Amino acid sequence: MTWDIEICNATVSYREHIALKNISLSISAGSLTAVVGPNGAGKTTLLTLINGLGKLQSGIVKIFGTSVNALNINRFRKEIGYVPQQMDIDPRMPISVYDIVMLGRYGKIGLFRYPGKNDYAVVDNICELVNIGHLLEKPIGHLSGGEKQKVSIARALAQEPRILLLDEPTANLDPRAQCEITELIERIYTQEKLTIMFVTHLLNHLPNLCTNALLLKNGHIVASGRIDEVFTKKLLSGIYGFKIEPPKMDRGK
Amino acid sequence: MFEILQYHFIQRALVASILGGAICGIVGVWVVMMRIPFVGVAMSHAAFAGAIFGLLLHVNPLLCAIIFCLASTALIGPIADRGDVDPNISIGIIFSFVLGIAFLGMGMIKGPKTEALNFIWGNILIISAQDIFYLLLITLVVMAFLLLLYKEIKAVLFNRELARAIGIPETVLFYCLLFLCGATVTINLNIIGGLLIFSLIVNPPSAAYQLTYKLKTMYVLSICFGIGSCLLGLFFSYIFNVPSGAVIIIASSVIFGLCLVFSPKRRVKKYEVSKT
Repeated sequence: MTWDIEICNATVSYREHIALKNISLSISAGSLTAVVGPNGAGKTTLLTLINGLGKLQSGIVKIFGTSVNALNINRFRKEIGYVPQQMDIDPRMPISVYDIVMLGRYGKIGLFRYPGKNDYAVVDNICELVNIGHLLEKPIGHLSGGEKQKVSIARALAQEPRILLLDEPTANLDPRAQCEITELIERIYTQEKLTIMFVTHLLNHLPNLCTNALLLKNGHIVASGRIDEVFTKKLLSGIYGFKIEPPKMDRGK
Repeated sequence: MFEILQYHFIQRALVASILGGAICGIVGVWVVMMRIPFVGVAMSHAAFAGAIFGLLLHVNPLLCAIIFCLASTALIGPIADRGDVDPNISIGIIFSFVLGIAFLGMGMIKGPKTEALNFIWGNILIISAQDIFYLLLITLVVMAFLLLLYKEIKAVLFNRELARAIGIPETVLFYCLLFLCGATVTINLNIIGGLLIFSLIVNPPSAAYQLTYKLKTMYVLSICFGIGSCLLGLFFSYIFNVPSGAVIIIASSVIFGLCLVFSPKRRVKKYEVSKT
């Protein structure tokens, strides 16, 4: 099995708070993994550890088999699409949706160069895939929460990444927008064959193709593996601190 | 009316207005988009403190002003990033520090302080050919930086963390933007004055921000408003024999006020109830 992401004995601290405590995990190439846990469990920190935005206190992070450090991290970031939690954007911000999607290409285009025909073609294809063609001329600050998330995903895909990290892509969205984003993740996974990790609290609305899960609590990995093994009443109740029924699963069938 | 254009000092002032207005318009866009307007105040006071110590030590004041600006830039970025504090707090700390140094320097100057006070008020009508050369130089550097790294700068202006996440050397770029802002302030010290240059950096781009949803248009409008403010200031200061820097800032403030009032971004769509 090929591992796209390997983390060995990683610890991350923010001043007094230890966000991740000596965790180890491996994510196989082409897998779709749900990262689940209560608030403050270290889910966002885990994603930022993978793309190098988080500072590793001790341990090793390997991407595509190579140990990541301050000197080579920019090379790997170009291969990792990152969708952060919803950002507050000034409604008067003078930047259009198309500009934001194109922004994803900038790392790959390189310094001192302007986007070429290929870059415009990639962005056009991604906008079609994500179904945001009707929004391209709009100012980014004028979009609804669901539309902003789609644009953020399109921007990450415009990088043509090998790994896609999504941090609560369905947070603060209405039920219809949640379904649209979940379907979009499935479509991306099917068409682009990426390694995807996404943080979510919606256990009943996971993409059907999601077969792996990771449970986090207080900076520790409580369980990881196949979703039917991880999403048990005992484990879920344990991490959330109250009785919780596992979601009905009919996955990968 | 046009005979005044024959005078060399007016010709130099016109060139300085165009270059100074344009460059302040460009760095102003960076400052406004990054929401760090007070970086202009901090930099102008750092440059002012440097210039005063240049006078005290009998070293070129401009050189000392640039060194102080560079040192301030080298502190503002890392204090914000490594100290994990808001950039505006970091700017505030450096501002108060350089202000203290500037007052210390002023206190140490014996006799009349006219030369030092010139750095506060500036005077576009008495600038030298050397000032114009430095202004042209920094304008070319800033424009080249903008044209060569336009897309990377756009990413940093939108969101620094996102720029870092897509593989752009965001930290180096952010520090370069701060330094170019400081260098712009320093070079304009003689022309607009340390106390007023901040307004010329903030007002034109803030006015442009009210009128457009496109970044390129914002740059163009900001440059036009910067140049327009300087030319208006120059014109009125010559006609009415009043301090040029003050009139330049009043002109830029009026332009901002007009843009705010007529901003299409403030329009509110009315909902008409159908009468059935």
